[in-house]
Amino acid sequence: MTEPLLRVNAIETFYGPIQAIRGVSIEVAPRQMVTVLGANGAGKTTVLRTISGVLNPERGQIVFEGRDIANMAPDQVMRMGICHVPEGRETFPFLTVRENLMMGAYTRRDPAGVVADLELCYTYFPRLQERQDQRAGLLSGGEQQMLAISRALMGKPKLLLLDEPSLGLSPLLVQQIFGIIRRINEEQGVAILLVEQNAHIALKTADYGYVLEVGRVVIEDQCAMLIHRDDIKEFYLGQKEAGVRGQRRWKRKREWN
Amino acid sequence: MEDAARLLQLVVNGAAAGCIYGLIALGFVLIYKATEMVNFAQGDIMMLGGFVAYSLIAHYGLNYWVGALLAIAITAAFGFALDAVILRRVIGQPQFAVVMLTLGLGFIFRAGAGIGWGYDSVGFNTPFTNKTATIGQLVLGQDNLSIIVGTVLLCGVLYVFFSKTRLGVAMQASSQNQLAAYYMGIPVRTVFSLIWAISAGVAAVAGILLSPVSMIDVNMGFLGIKAFAAAVIGGFGSIPGSLVGGVVVGIVEQLAGYYLPAGFQEVTSNVVLLAMLILRPQGLFAELSGKRV
Ligand SMILES: Nc1ncnc2c1ncn2[C@@H]1O[C@H](COP(=O)(O)OP(=O)(O)O)[C@@H](O)[C@H]1O
Ligand SMILES: [Mg+2]
Repeated sequence: MTEPLLRVNAIETFYGPIQAIRGVSIEVAPRQMVTVLGANGAGKTTVLRTISGVLNPERGQIVFEGRDIANMAPDQVMRMGICHVPEGRETFPFLTVRENLMMGAYTRRDPAGVVADLELCYTYFPRLQERQDQRAGLLSGGEQQMLAISRALMGKPKLLLLDEPSLGLSPLLVQQIFGIIRRINEEQGVAILLVEQNAHIALKTADYGYVLEVGRVVIEDQCAMLIHRDDIKEFYLGQKEAGVRGQRRWKRKREWN
Repeated sequence: MEDAARLLQLVVNGAAAGCIYGLIALGFVLIYKATEMVNFAQGDIMMLGGFVAYSLIAHYGLNYWVGALLAIAITAAFGFALDAVILRRVIGQPQFAVVMLTLGLGFIFRAGAGIGWGYDSVGFNTPFTNKTATIGQLVLGQDNLSIIVGTVLLCGVLYVFFSKTRLGVAMQASSQNQLAAYYMGIPVRTVFSLIWAISAGVAAVAGILLSPVSMIDVNMGFLGIKAFAAAVIGGFGSIPGSLVGGVVVGIVEQLAGYYLPAGFQEVTSNVVLLAMLILRPQGLFAELSGKRV
């Protein structure tokens, strides 16, 4: 296997005395799209925050392009080429759509490239161009998600971190946005680390997947394989045939881990 | 006719005083919007700016404009250092700790100024001192007019800076969503220190503009209390609001001083503030508790 772009190695992250991540290892190869699945509270957001430097891991390494970035500040991590689309969009509500996008390019010094990437974002999401002079706070949830993704794209990332882009969106909109995420991955060659509760769409879109449970990775495999596993079907794809029995089996399985 | 001229004169004088309140209030609001800290030392920073200008112009004999610009730059650098060295450490602490800290800093600045410059009132010569402009029947002091013109110009410069420059928009972005600003690669801490620098620089401008009208002394920073009222009246969070609030306080104060018995002038800013809090009780305190974490 080639040298991964990102290697997260056995990280442990705490909120004060509470340990949220208990030794998670994840790899993302260049141009690869990796997903981390997990229920609410599993620790998905914490993993992404640890990678982007908002939280420092107590133990473990985060190696990006051969450099340990575990203790860097978030603005330094971004300058390394990792752009984060946070949970809940987190746009700048009183800036216009266009100003939000330009803030995504804050660190760049190539005005021509910035203009080209603005056009690129507008081709992926024509809605944003229509609304470019509106305040971001007035956009719908779906439009805000488009804005958050585009704003990260404006930073010309090598690795894009996506935190639950499907949250609160209609199934149709989720389909559309994930289609574009996949296109961004393929057409721009941007590696993507996507965390999701919506296992259906994530497994269909990504190449490789991890399942996170209470701060630990319990399963990892190619998405094409994961999607056919019985336990994944039962607990993440909602195809429950035998609820009580299944739950018992899952517990047994977890003890083996 | 004479009454109308008198009224106009009072309004201009009041607006001039109000511009000073407004400029200090602007400093409160900039810092509050960015860091959710209320800097009660803002008025004392104005006092320091005034004294620095006094030293440069009256003592070292610099040209008024050179001295003024240099004093603004020095005060701004002081504001930057104040945040970078001291206030950055209390971000995220309870409001009470911040209030006590900035009140304490105000005491220290007054004591420091007393040691450095003494407790007497001082002043320096400006191009506007003791000059008048006559418009028809109206005789206006150039000192008061220079305050109004200076404030309008400064606001224009700040408006262009905050809305058109990359750094200015980044300051807005950092004020609106600190975490997202970090994700954009914006060095948020430095940006916040720069906002302190701007607030301190604006306070220095206020101190310098005020100097032909009133002497510089250690206690001039207590004007900050009226400026605080202005900021609250303006909605505490709105930059145009803080200036409007300042001008309202200034004009009401002038009119009260002329038409009402002696003593009323001193309390008008508080009366206006109280009226404001009764009419819009959500004012300041809703802003303080309704903030995002
Ligand atoms: N700011 C915080 N302070 C304390 N505990 C937190 C904080 N944020 C998250 N947690 C805890 O860490 C665990 C993982 O949370 P999170 O990473 O947000 O999960 P997910 O994104 O998978 O829903 C949860 O148990 C949550 O309660
Ligand atoms: Mg989450």
